[in-house]
Amino acid sequence: MIRSHVLVCGGTGCTSSGSPAIREHLEKELKRQGLDEEIKVVQTGCFGLCALGPIMIVYPDGTFYSRVTEDDVTEIVSEHLLKGRPVERLIYNPKDEDMPHGVTSLSETPFYKAQKRIALRNCGVIDPEQIDEYIAVDGYLALGKVLTEMTPQQVIDLIKASGLRGRGGAGFPTGTKWQFAANNAADEKFVICNADEGDPGAFMDRSVLEGDPHAVLEAMVIAGYAIGGTHGYIYVRAEYPIAVKRLKIAIEQARAYGLLGKNIFGTNFSFDVDIRLGAGAFVCGEETALMTSIEGNRGEPRNKPPFPAVKGLFAKPTIINNVETLANVPQIIVQGPEWFSSMGTDCSKGTKVFALGGKINNTGLVEIPMGTTLRQILFEIGGGIPDGKAFKAAQTGGPSGGCIPAEHLDTPIDYENLKAIGSMMGSGGLIVMDEDNCMVDIARFFLEFTVDESCGKCTPCRIGTRRLLEMLNKIIEGNGTLEDLDKMEELCHYITNNALCGLGQTAPNPVLSTLRYFRDEYVAHVVEKRCPAGVCKKLLHYEIDPNKCTGCTLCARKCPVSCIAGKVKEPHVIDQSKCIKCGACMENCKFGAISKK
Amino acid sequence: MKSLQELAEIRDKMKGKVALREGHNDIRIVVGMATCGIAAGARPVLSTLVEEVEKQGLGSRAIVSQTGCIGICRLEPIVEVFEAGKEKVTYVKMTPEKAKQVVKEHIKGGTPVYEYTIGEK
Repeated sequence: MIRSHVLVCGGTGCTSSGSPAIREHLEKELKRQGLDEEIKVVQTGCFGLCALGPIMIVYPDGTFYSRVTEDDVTEIVSEHLLKGRPVERLIYNPKDEDMPHGVTSLSETPFYKAQKRIALRNCGVIDPEQIDEYIAVDGYLALGKVLTEMTPQQVIDLIKASGLRGRGGAGFPTGTKWQFAANNAADEKFVICNADEGDPGAFMDRSVLEGDPHAVLEAMVIAGYAIGGTHGYIYVRAEYPIAVKRLKIAIEQARAYGLLGKNIFGTNFSFDVDIRLGAGAFVCGEETALMTSIEGNRGEPRNKPPFPAVKGLFAKPTIINNVETLANVPQIIVQGPEWFSSMGTDCSKGTKVFALGGKINNTGLVEIPMGTTLRQILFEIGGGIPDGKAFKAAQTGGPSGGCIPAEHLDTPIDYENLKAIGSMMGSGGLIVMDEDNCMVDIARFFLEFTVDESCGKCTPCRIGTRRLLEMLNKIIEGNGTLEDLDKMEELCHYITNNALCGLGQTAPNPVLSTLRYFRDEYVAHVVEKRCPAGVCKKLLHYEIDPNKCTGCTLCARKCPVSCIAGKVKEPHVIDQSKCIKCGACMENCKFGAISKK
Repeated sequence: MKSLQELAEIRDKMKGKVALREGHNDIRIVVGMATCGIAAGARPVLSTLVEEVEKQGLGSRAIVSQTGCIGICRLEPIVEVFEAGKEKVTYVKMTPEKAKQVVKEHIKGGTPVYEYTIGEK
């Protein structure tokens, strides 16, 4: 008889910090101490607090262990699982919070308290490789209800009423998209799940697929029923091996239960789903390029119109929904559209998952109601900036998005508000930057990415982004002029207006938004030939303060190019013409005599 | 899956098994599982409690958990029942048989088995 469940995170984050070895060790240790009949080990999806992985939760008491190592396992088993004494030193306890240890306090921690988990509701709760566990938490209930009680039009109306919008970035109303496809009669129609998550720093779709793959499958069948679809494809990148594996298991289990295949729930509706692996091209996340790729061709976008709902995959009416969008659908049907639309702002309903990364304490995955401010996400849930540094900007929307400066920290986050301040929702990557980040360098980072990933089909994107990158490099190397800034801005608008697909059209956003909010940094690079954050190497130099230097010779010995000269017990000097700006001297100086300028 | 009935059957069968992870239970049955408790026979008491709670269909209301030494080692095995809004009940010198009775009469029936509590000698 099982008296306790030990949940071990099996998401990609915790897997890379060693959770599989911990699980194995735990199972061995339970057996050794004769507890394997009464304690069950469950591998789950992502808990969200990736910075503190590997993560382990012990139920029924709900004790939350973080940064567990293999060595800790024996102690957890003999102390906590056998004798009931939680291992205090491993319990997650946010510093500034004096919480009673242990019992079900997880949902009370600042990281989880302000969150509202819908798309992530089963991540870290169920074993994603067991369909029965998904069914236990009301899984496939929505599908049953839809197939036996509702007409396709009623399903579409319900999704419309909920106000659900696409979570992939653009925010198109999901119900309306379904309606377009439903209105077009055809012998075959397709449902595609877009799991080609390509933004640097974004990993929410991966986590949903890893933690709750059945929710996505269930939603695809529901979508298929609503539009009169016959087949579904999940387009997922091959770089997500855990997600792919769990999806395959989920599809097999759903087929075995008859939840995919012919005559689902005894009705005359039949629908099946297959996986298509992407090779990791960023452009294949763009819907038309994605379809071209599934068709077996090189992943290049095509013109819209015709829209996919009219002429999509294999020239048949098709809907393409993002993973997170789909993950919301079963819950909306079970709990009702009013429940969903009661959350969020006027035009953006429900919740949004963000992947927190960059200069933030709680790196990880959070799901918050729309309308939450950036300040709440970063400073309450995210735990603020490490080392007491000052916040400079947050980047949303990846290479298609923009930077949000401190003055907009209190903007409630929704699709329209983000657009108004020059960024976009994007798929939900949220990269935080502090005073040590140079905004020109950040713009260059994203431009480098788009130049690499441009498919090359249209000229504005292929050549335009490259020219933009060249101008940024010129500025970073100290050769820029003020005219370059104006030229860059003009080129940005040209690309936005003329590129073929969404990726090209939004590629200049990182440049435009940094120019808008951090023009002073650009000007400092161009006019003063200075990088205020001290990042751009060409514009920096290291100096030794003769008043502080004791002549210990340590810097001269550490310098890899031997450009520091000076006698023992006399101030040293750096030869600027030879210096490669590696910073080794400054790191090693014990007297703080060396500074970066 | 040929009908909603079939789905409901799987769901009902599995619900009790994952309910353990919800942590929002009204009643907590805590067994002292320090060395003293284990030596006095707390292990079979614990497993009996877990079994009985499940058997009586109380899984969504009550959880069984352990704690360390409660301090009165001579009265082990000790079982304490915490219920929101009610005073804690402490059972001493427990056995699997007594545990069965506690689940039936106290957890399910709502009346503590006074003869096993710490106040009765």
